[in-house]
Amino acid sequence: MTLYILCFILFLTGLYGLLISRNIIKIVISLTIVEISIFLMLILIGYISGGIAPVIFQQEVPQHQAVVDPLPQTMVLTAIVIALATNSMILAMAIRLYKKYGTFDIHEINKLKG
Amino acid sequence: MENPVLIFFIFLPFLAAFIIPLLNLFWDQAKTIVLLLVSLVLFLLSAIIVINPPQITMYAPGGWYPVDNIPLGIHLVGDGLSRFMLLIINTLAFFCAIYAIPYIKLFTGQKYFYTLFFLQLAGLNGVVLTGDMFNLFVFMEVAAKASYALVAFGVKKTEIEASFKYQVIGGLASLFMLFGIAMLYWMTSTLNMADISVVLKNNHVDNTSLIRFAQLFLLAGVAIKSAMIPFHAWLPDAHSSAPSPVSAMLSGVVIKVLGVYVILRLFINVFEPCGFMSMVIAVLGGISMTAGVILAIGAWDLKRLLAYHSISQMGYVLMGTGIGMGVIASGENPEVVALTFTGAMFHMINHSVFKGLLFLTAGSIEYSTGNLDLRRMGGLAQYMPLTMIASFAASMAIAGIPPFNGFFSKFTIIVAAIQGGYYFRAALGMLVGIITLASFVKFQRYAFFGKPLTGITLKQTPVLMNVSMIALAVLCLLMSLFIFPEVRAVFLDPAVNILIESTD
Amino acid sequence: MKGMSVIVKKVAQLLSAMIFVFGMYIAIHGHIMPGGGFTGGVLLASSFIVLVLAQGLEYFKLKQQRERTSLVESLSVLLILLLGFSGLFAGSMVFFGNYLPKGQPGELLSAGNIPIYSILIGIKVAATLFTIFLALTIYKEEVST
Repeated sequence: MTLYILCFILFLTGLYGLLISRNIIKIVISLTIVEISIFLMLILIGYISGGIAPVIFQQEVPQHQAVVDPLPQTMVLTAIVIALATNSMILAMAIRLYKKYGTFDIHEINKLKG
Repeated sequence: MENPVLIFFIFLPFLAAFIIPLLNLFWDQAKTIVLLLVSLVLFLLSAIIVINPPQITMYAPGGWYPVDNIPLGIHLVGDGLSRFMLLIINTLAFFCAIYAIPYIKLFTGQKYFYTLFFLQLAGLNGVVLTGDMFNLFVFMEVAAKASYALVAFGVKKTEIEASFKYQVIGGLASLFMLFGIAMLYWMTSTLNMADISVVLKNNHVDNTSLIRFAQLFLLAGVAIKSAMIPFHAWLPDAHSSAPSPVSAMLSGVVIKVLGVYVILRLFINVFEPCGFMSMVIAVLGGISMTAGVILAIGAWDLKRLLAYHSISQMGYVLMGTGIGMGVIASGENPEVVALTFTGAMFHMINHSVFKGLLFLTAGSIEYSTGNLDLRRMGGLAQYMPLTMIASFAASMAIAGIPPFNGFFSKFTIIVAAIQGGYYFRAALGMLVGIITLASFVKFQRYAFFGKPLTGITLKQTPVLMNVSMIALAVLCLLMSLFIFPEVRAVFLDPAVNILIESTD
Repeated sequence: MKGMSVIVKKVAQLLSAMIFVFGMYIAIHGHIMPGGGFTGGVLLASSFIVLVLAQGLEYFKLKQQRERTSLVESLSVLLILLLGFSGLFAGSMVFFGNYLPKGQPGELLSAGNIPIYSILIGIKVAATLFTIFLALTIYKEEVST
């Protein structure tokens, strides 16, 4: 249970950073921290202590051997690919923003009023 | 039951998206032809599967069918609600595609537009078809990524800023969804939606407070995606910065599919409707309905005004949904349930048509005058009569003037609210309708009537743009026919039945 | 961005070849080993990226390369889709159907269509990552000049 709570604390840390930071790059980093906390939680959900990797080998697997759940691992792999797309696109956008405004400070990037 | 037609809604847009860059090397016109052909085929396919529906069709890509009622792999499910949403998406996408061909010539890098448009379409079709929670997240991301790029398509200062804002907020919303899905998987050990609802219904989960925790995370994610009022900050910027056909897609389809459809699917089909959630959704809907229209009054930028009205009209749909869920949860007046969901579905398809049309007319005004500020327009009626007719039809539809479709759906929602005993919400609905009318009278007055412009050369709008707008305007009138039971039985009732049956 | 010293350039050349081969190994053995298309593709892309970082941006004609990598990306996705589509005609109307002979588990040539998907995904990921890298460096060059 402690591990889950630690994951949630990491989640909240990222959220806090997302809300208070003024620098665009720091916002992107905070978003990544939130992502990673969720990936960690997904991996934890599928983990069984003492379990082996869910790969079928040539040799016999002993009976009653615990195997970790492979589904969260595939989910995390997919989510990592999506996170890659998110990060690259948001960084490209950050470079473009810097080109247009000459700053990374979101308080100076305020042409639009939500 | 094998029905491979479902896979084509995902396969064809992906194929088109990636074949366009290759064909474009050899022949310059190929992208236009592929765009028209594929969107027409998708439109006809969606119309065909709506009009002659078989029973709930399921298709398993990869051939992983359930074994002993334990689902394996990812299933595509084409039930009434999914088919109804497919019709909404592909109809509007077809008309936006026709409109986009001349309009997108204003921009550089046109071939990327076609690819992104189809990626967005593939993501949206995937979201409504999938029967798997994680796959839902993946397709939501596909649609959202394409939308982020399309919002920034003009690479002007404000567009990049709007897209960045949309990406940060939308990315956070997706992560909330992922967190909720992870929690659900933890508690139910399955990702299949039907299976999750069975597990939850048979009380195999002990810890109901954790379920509530997961529900709140899912609701937060979906609320951001559908831009309910406390979470709406990205919407006016993003929808007003995008190129007009994209705005029409974003406002007409994306917020419905990523927002409202997911709410309907999750909180009615997967989870049992409970009093608390119905109250939260109805209150959020009521707030966005009222505040959205109040924000819209002060707007002078045409597209921004329309974007605020999107929030407000989505509020109607959510309020209707919330009332329906509340009635189900309390168990009183079961005959009202069908009425509320009919109203919500009807308003959803109506809104996609008239709001799409309004954004297209805004684009056509921008195309010919190069300007979107209502204070610097006037007298356009004599220069662009076709745009004026289309815009007038859409404005009357959104304001709820009787022969047009918007009246009937709003009326249905308000009658349902009264029958369910929610008098305050019904009054609120009427009030917001009146303010909407005022706001659109302002739009018509400043844009098309009043003092004519002087000293500005107006560009003639191309034929294809006019064709698309007039067709949608005719649809605005035709869809009033949905109020007749015979027509309703074909289009609306299958979707409503899916929402009602899940609670039996 | 100019290139680095001669030692770094030489080592990067040698290393990138090894990374490339290892990436291909991982991508090809996707169906019998941990790893697979994505991991192999990342390795393939990183072999190019190491080369560009060491040699400097003038080593490749970058803008031209980016067009090409985009095309490779589209082509590989198209092949994946068509391979999935071909499943509809072979056997029992299954998209992504696995109709090739399955072979002996653990062999390199086994598991039907899956190795082909692995290899195509590897190419796709490599092209995508390299495109992203080039796009970001080109933007950065445009900003700094």
